[in-house]
Amino acid sequence: MVLTVQDVTKAFSGADGDVPVLRGVSLSLERGETLALTGESGSGKSTLLHLIGGLDTVDSGAIQVAGREITTMTDSERAALRRSDVGVIFQQFNLIPSLTVEANIAFQARLAGTYDSDHATRLAGALGLTEHLSKYPEALSGGQQQRVAIARTLTAQPKLVLADEPTGNLDEATASEVLSQMLRLVRDTGAALLMVTHSQTVARRMERHVHLSQGHVV
Amino acid sequence: MIWTILTALLSHWRRNGLQFFALISGLALATALWSGVQAINAEARASYDAAAATLGEGQFDQLLPRAGEVIDQSVYIALRRAGWQVSPVLEGRFETETGRVRIVGLDPLTAPGSIAPVGMQEDATLDDFLTRGVLFAGPDMAARLDGAVTQRVVVDPSVAPGVALTDIGVAQTLLDAEGQLSRLIVAPLQPMGIQPLATTAPDLVRQVAQDAGADRLTDSFHLNLTAFGLLSFAVGIFIVHGTISLAFEQRRGMVRTMRALGVPLSSLIWLMIAELVLFALVAGAIGVALGYVIAAVLLPNVAATLQGLYGASVAGTLQLRAEWWLSGIAIAVLGTGLAASGALWKIAKMPLLSSARPRAWAVASGVTALRLGAVAGVLFVLGLGIALFGEGLTLGFVLLACLLIGAALILPLLLRGAVTLADRQAHSAMWQWFWADTRQQVPGMSLALMALLLATATNVGVSTMVSSFRVTFVDFLDQRLAPELFIRIEDAGESPDLEAFLIANAREVLPLLSVETEIAGVPTDLFGVRVGPTYRENWLFLADTPDVWDRVEEGEATVVSEQLARRAGLWTGDPVVIAPDLTLPIAAIVADYGNPLGQALISEELFRGLYPDVVPLSFGVRTNDPAQVRARLTDDYGLPEAAITDQSRIKAFSLEVFERTFTVTGALNVLTLAVAAFAILMSLLTLASIRVPQLAPAWALGLTRRSLGRLELLRAVVLAMVTTVLAIPLGLLLAWVLLSYVNVEAFGWKLPMYLFPGHYALLTLFALMAAALAALWPAIRLSRTPPSELLKVFANDR
Amino acid sequence: MIVRVLLLILWLPVQATAQGFAGLGTEAEGFSVPAPGYAFDFPQDHGAHPDFRIEWWYLTANLTGPDGTPYGVQWTLFRSALAPETRDGWSDPQVWFAHAALTTPDRHLVAERIARGGIGQAGVTVTPFEAWIDDWRMAGPSFDNLSLTARGTGFAYDLDLRATGPLVFHGQDGFSVKSAQGQASYYYSQPFYEVAGTLTLPEGDIPVTGSAWLDREWSSQPLADTQSGWDWFSLSFDTGDKLMGFRLREDDGGAFTSATWIAPDGTTTAYPDGAFAAQPVDTHEVAGRSVPTEWAVQLPDKGIDVTVRALNPDAWMLVSIPYWEGPVTVTGSHGGRGYLEMTGYE
Repeated sequence: MVLTVQDVTKAFSGADGDVPVLRGVSLSLERGETLALTGESGSGKSTLLHLIGGLDTVDSGAIQVAGREITTMTDSERAALRRSDVGVIFQQFNLIPSLTVEANIAFQARLAGTYDSDHATRLAGALGLTEHLSKYPEALSGGQQQRVAIARTLTAQPKLVLADEPTGNLDEATASEVLSQMLRLVRDTGAALLMVTHSQTVARRMERHVHLSQGHVV
Repeated sequence: MIWTILTALLSHWRRNGLQFFALISGLALATALWSGVQAINAEARASYDAAAATLGEGQFDQLLPRAGEVIDQSVYIALRRAGWQVSPVLEGRFETETGRVRIVGLDPLTAPGSIAPVGMQEDATLDDFLTRGVLFAGPDMAARLDGAVTQRVVVDPSVAPGVALTDIGVAQTLLDAEGQLSRLIVAPLQPMGIQPLATTAPDLVRQVAQDAGADRLTDSFHLNLTAFGLLSFAVGIFIVHGTISLAFEQRRGMVRTMRALGVPLSSLIWLMIAELVLFALVAGAIGVALGYVIAAVLLPNVAATLQGLYGASVAGTLQLRAEWWLSGIAIAVLGTGLAASGALWKIAKMPLLSSARPRAWAVASGVTALRLGAVAGVLFVLGLGIALFGEGLTLGFVLLACLLIGAALILPLLLRGAVTLADRQAHSAMWQWFWADTRQQVPGMSLALMALLLATATNVGVSTMVSSFRVTFVDFLDQRLAPELFIRIEDAGESPDLEAFLIANAREVLPLLSVETEIAGVPTDLFGVRVGPTYRENWLFLADTPDVWDRVEEGEATVVSEQLARRAGLWTGDPVVIAPDLTLPIAAIVADYGNPLGQALISEELFRGLYPDVVPLSFGVRTNDPAQVRARLTDDYGLPEAAITDQSRIKAFSLEVFERTFTVTGALNVLTLAVAAFAILMSLLTLASIRVPQLAPAWALGLTRRSLGRLELLRAVVLAMVTTVLAIPLGLLLAWVLLSYVNVEAFGWKLPMYLFPGHYALLTLFALMAAALAALWPAIRLSRTPPSELLKVFANDR
Repeated sequence: MIVRVLLLILWLPVQATAQGFAGLGTEAEGFSVPAPGYAFDFPQDHGAHPDFRIEWWYLTANLTGPDGTPYGVQWTLFRSALAPETRDGWSDPQVWFAHAALTTPDRHLVAERIARGGIGQAGVTVTPFEAWIDDWRMAGPSFDNLSLTARGTGFAYDLDLRATGPLVFHGQDGFSVKSAQGQASYYYSQPFYEVAGTLTLPEGDIPVTGSAWLDREWSSQPLADTQSGWDWFSLSFDTGDKLMGFRLREDDGGAFTSATWIAPDGTTTAYPDGAFAAQPVDTHEVAGRSVPTEWAVQLPDKGIDVTVRALNPDAWMLVSIPYWEGPVTVTGSHGGRGYLEMTGYE
């Protein structure tokens, strides 16, 4: 198992006391699997993704990533896990604006100490970024920027890729193309993919599909 | 990993060169300002020391002949050969066809440090000075000497008026006094185990160094100047704070991304600190160098001082130079730390999942402005409490801090208020847009305007303080140095004869009768004064009752010093016990700057009755022709030259020295304004890029780019004007705190404050010009923004 | 300030602050210049030679206290002429200055005096011999029997010197060459003084005994203008042999060396450039400069291969033109002690 989530609960404090967002969610993901996580706004799908990515902490329950329990980890241990085993792709492309495309792609792999320039070049080529490598992100279109983010994640060769509405900011045609490239490349690397999306079209292209409603898996 | 993170962090500066420039140059300017003020202080101190040195008073003990006017050179040699570190001085009058010059001969080889303020010209070598002879004199004396002496005359304005300085040997020749000396200066450090003076030179008496009256007055001046140095630095820190906040705001997204990609927060914070320390070190070093250059360029005198203080070629001064650099760089690092701590704290506390979108560089949206205003209110109340009930120097500085920070914090609120007020008056759509847009700009401009506020307030404060000080100083000198000549004798038996001689030759003679006693538990000098025109005309009181001098003359009242009054808790009208069976009411309080002892004045008659054994050994002499009286005293009466002090000369010289310091502080004003202008320029430039989307609609609606640029300029000037108008009362408050609070706490007396409206008007004008100048470039840039840039705002829908 | 400025200018014609000790290489205009074959005439030559620009009476002593503590004492009188003549009174162009130092293993006390000739404050007389400035004196019935005193703010000393050997002449019978271009000085020494006397420190008097070495040198342009300073060694070996060696540093990094080997009976061997070698082994930070305070010294011809180490590496002479001067110990092929002077370390 690359990912195991067991009975995870999470609440946020609101004006009228704590608002439960996740009320005991369990799921698991194997190597090479792709899974779509869908749900209404506020169903807790992004929260779950953040918890798995170690960007936030659970109230109760357990999460194992690559066989390691992350709920008991310290901040810096979780950061180390994100560097080496988990890749996160956000809806906003979250590139570092002052680094070139090439440096952005290399960034996470360099952090993890696993940078392989041949691998990076192949990925950039596969994503059609070769001619943009020396540009800065601001010169790229939205689709191109998201491709850079995907390349950055995959260059680091994570075991688990988390994607939060990766195509949400793109027009339909671009979204479809980016998604295809992403699925193909994730499969090539053998990583597991967990993608949060509200789009049924997107969800249908994944192997498995989990729907969250009111904090429960349905 | 470290390297990867650092590369990413530093890439921000590479891509935002202007920001980097603003950070480094802001910090460097702030440090330069600090260093510059240090240099100015050093210069002021050196000038005072030089003044004291030229006049031969104050600094050193002296050996004078017990009888007669002359010391034989053999006595000097005998003292030297006995190990005494003494240096010969010969003084005398030299008659030329155009007038009289007072020649002072020194031996530069044995004179103790900084005895004379003569700056050597590059073409006057020691060889010349010692063997061929060179005279140093101010312009007027140099003119008198021209043609009257065979030696070369070098014009040096730092030589005391009426005096020409030269080598002792030359002086002996000119004054026809071979083998004769007037007095010997005693070095403060003497070798161990030398024979007592009485054994080696029984015919000499040692006159202990006099404490120059204005010393403590100048100490106070230096304290205030230092306080203003810190204020100036605070202005610089505002810029640094602004730049750092902006940069950190813009890097929020990057920070979040990096953390999401697995960069530990702690590494990130440490690397950011390291990055800032590096910048601070570089900028600090640039700043120190810049401060040196500024000081050297603006003030040639300072250059000489710096040479003396920090020059590598002079023995024993290396330590100082290191300190100078260290203090400059330390203040840069500390300032950066101060400016960055908030931004770093925010980064450290920023939740990983918060919005990564950079927020506008805002310190004052409506709510924040109100919140800041509330904090300011608290600070003002605290300050008021300290002003009313506080005691102690530390609290004085806390009060200053409350005032400054409070004023800076309340500024956005006041600016918004002013703009809203203007908005209500606006009738056309364009002006309504203008004012609304201006209100939007207030948050972004706030930090820069705060810098301008503090800079202008500092300037108002500096000029008020310095000018008040100058007025006080002049009054004080007029009062205390009113007698043109001051005569001091050693032999009490000589006193009655001398007094009779003086009365016959001078307009007014003021014998100095004094005893040290204790009045109301305060150690006090009690003076018996001969009330006459001098006292009636020259003495200014801090508080008085009618007919002060009449009542003192009649023996019905006393005048006491501020120190005595404050320490004893007395004021005018209160009775005070002068002696066991003499109690008098206080008729007036007089300022006595810097005297650690109290002072009380009673009539000469009362005094002589109380202390019949006290004989006056000092006399003040009022005359219209000091030179003539002096000549009679030496030629006819036979008084040694050294016994006569020409106070008009001291006064003139003291004033001249002070004027120099005064011009020097002008440079400080220019500097602080430059820094504030820089702050405005930088914030306008950084705002400019953010501004395009906001200006595009106005352009689309028909405003030309040129008029947009003009409006931008106008906006900057309007905001600067409001700020400057607020700065004047703030500056006056600052000056008041320094003169009336800090000074009292530090020295026990209050400096009166005077107002100089013309000066403030000029300063306001300068501040506005600085703001306009700073806004000019961004405005021009705006008016030249290509339409495509503006169009992009509409085309770009992402 | 004037004093400082004047002091700087004072040195310009003689020692030149701009280049430090390199200023010794300035023109000898109007002054006499040393020439080979000079016949020394004593006691006259113990006195001043005002027609030469610069001259010194330079005494260093290695002393030992009753508890075995080593001490060093320096007493130097310099004469520096602004013009090649003497005049009576203040206009005398002969300027005298003096440095006194007392070095202990952990302290280095320095004093400086400056005076003009012509008025009796400083000078040198020959019979009886007296060299003085203020109350500092080196005087006695003859050059072989002197008493030496000096006093500073925190120290004083009073020593008796007895010569137990002859005068020693360096270079070519006292004509000592200082550069390949031929700059030279007249240079002789009395290295055979036995010393007894008292050192005074703030905590009290210390009786001492030991040996002293007096150098006499005068010239008008002792250095070539390419030379920036020198390292000068006077070493007394336990065998009774003595060695004077110096190394004049060239701006280009090279050096000119010269040495005199002094046998216990006073017979000398002079060595030309290159025979004597001295290399810094270790440096010490003092007064913000890096100064070599440990040296490897060789004179292969006499089998000398020794390490010379400062007794107190902080022996910095903080005077108008600062330099390093202090006692040293010698170890290696030969044991012994001596003095080291290093100038021109800016």
